[in-house]
Amino acid sequence: MCLKANCLISPDIRAALACARKNEHLPLGREILATLLQNAQIAEEQMIPICQDTGLAVVFVEIGQEIHITGGSLEEAINEGVIKGYQEGYLRKSVVADPIRRQNTGDNSPAVIHYELVPGDRLKLTVAPKGFGSENMSALKMLKPAEGLEGIKDFVVTTVAQAGPNPCPPIVVGVGVGGTMEKSALLAKKALLRPVDEANSDPFWAEVENDLMAAINHLDIGPAGFGGLTTALGVNILTYPTHIAGLPVAVNIGCHVTRHAEEIL
Amino acid sequence: MPDAKIINTPLTDEIIESLSAGDMVSLSGPLYTARDAAHQRLVEGLNQQLAPPFNFKGQVVYYAGPCPAKPGQVIGSVGPTTSGRMDSYSPRLIEQGLKAMIGKGLRSQAVMDAIIKHRGIYFAAIGGAAALMSQCVKEAEMIAYEDLGTGAIRRLTVERMPVVVAVDCRGREAYRRL
Repeated sequence: MCLKANCLISPDIRAALACARKNEHLPLGREILATLLQNAQIAEEQMIPICQDTGLAVVFVEIGQEIHITGGSLEEAINEGVIKGYQEGYLRKSVVADPIRRQNTGDNSPAVIHYELVPGDRLKLTVAPKGFGSENMSALKMLKPAEGLEGIKDFVVTTVAQAGPNPCPPIVVGVGVGGTMEKSALLAKKALLRPVDEANSDPFWAEVENDLMAAINHLDIGPAGFGGLTTALGVNILTYPTHIAGLPVAVNIGCHVTRHAEEIL
Repeated sequence: MPDAKIINTPLTDEIIESLSAGDMVSLSGPLYTARDAAHQRLVEGLNQQLAPPFNFKGQVVYYAGPCPAKPGQVIGSVGPTTSGRMDSYSPRLIEQGLKAMIGKGLRSQAVMDAIIKHRGIYFAAIGGAAALMSQCVKEAEMIAYEDLGTGAIRRLTVERMPVVVAVDCRGREAYRRL
């Protein structure tokens, strides 16, 4: 799964890049989009990583509550899978054991794992390797409820503007609104998993996504940051109920690959 | 890139002066990879007056940490990392004769000033186009700091590597500043 996520671009992203290439008005921007599509093609044919930053492995686990896992720890099994995938797949080892002392763990473990208990008897694993060119450009803010929808839009657009060329545009923008501080951050990350060609199921938020997409693509950051119409391939919002006194908003930026692979066991 | 200017490294002042922000360039010749950890050591070495692992004069540094090479490959995927992390070190290397940097993203005013003062240049490689760029690398040799793994200094010989002039020697910039 680590290999698949890193070497194969997802169909929605490929289609969005191809569409953007057709619509982009600046020659340099078109050239860059063509290069990104060619890059994805080479990666697929040779089964080599699309990007050298093969990321920190973020793993979402949905565990059906009827399952009983035997024969060892699930966490250890996931980390063993990550180690094996990154070793055998010739993927880059980009994890340091301590944030300050910074010794590389040498095997890209440990993964960042998010567990969710769901009804049923299945186990769903999603591996979303996250590169830090885009991760570093992410941000979170605790807005006042009075700042409302305008406050949210303003924060999202400002975050993307400040990121500029750094997160490898065209980007995917994951937005988490509501919950608590950590809940909004997790929602923003999870929002990146939704295909960019799939609309929000809530018409209200679908319209907000469209408005944000238009505002972001009006920034003229463009492919690789050299200007143009294509700054974002998608804006995905996830929401959760929140406190009467708060309005948390988190923005997680995904690069033009925004990798993920899922399997149901 | 069909309209790209074909340029060989190491770079002379004459070549650098002929390039303008926004130009597409196809680079061939030697480059040295270095990320922030390697830059920190290079600058510490200069502070202690130690001989650097390579002579900076006229050379090009590529901000990149490659994937391991698969059997039969010269190098794994090797795209640019965010240049801003090298901003605090770059002026020192430019003073020592380094001519060009390849990375992605915006640079600090101090780096822009050093580029203008010493007739340097900053190229942007296309972020994420790492599989394609691995195909441009014909030779890769470990030069220094092997313990840094992907962050070690490697000497790459590239052919027709596509880059864009992000900051030219007059300090003009191709990126949109917002």
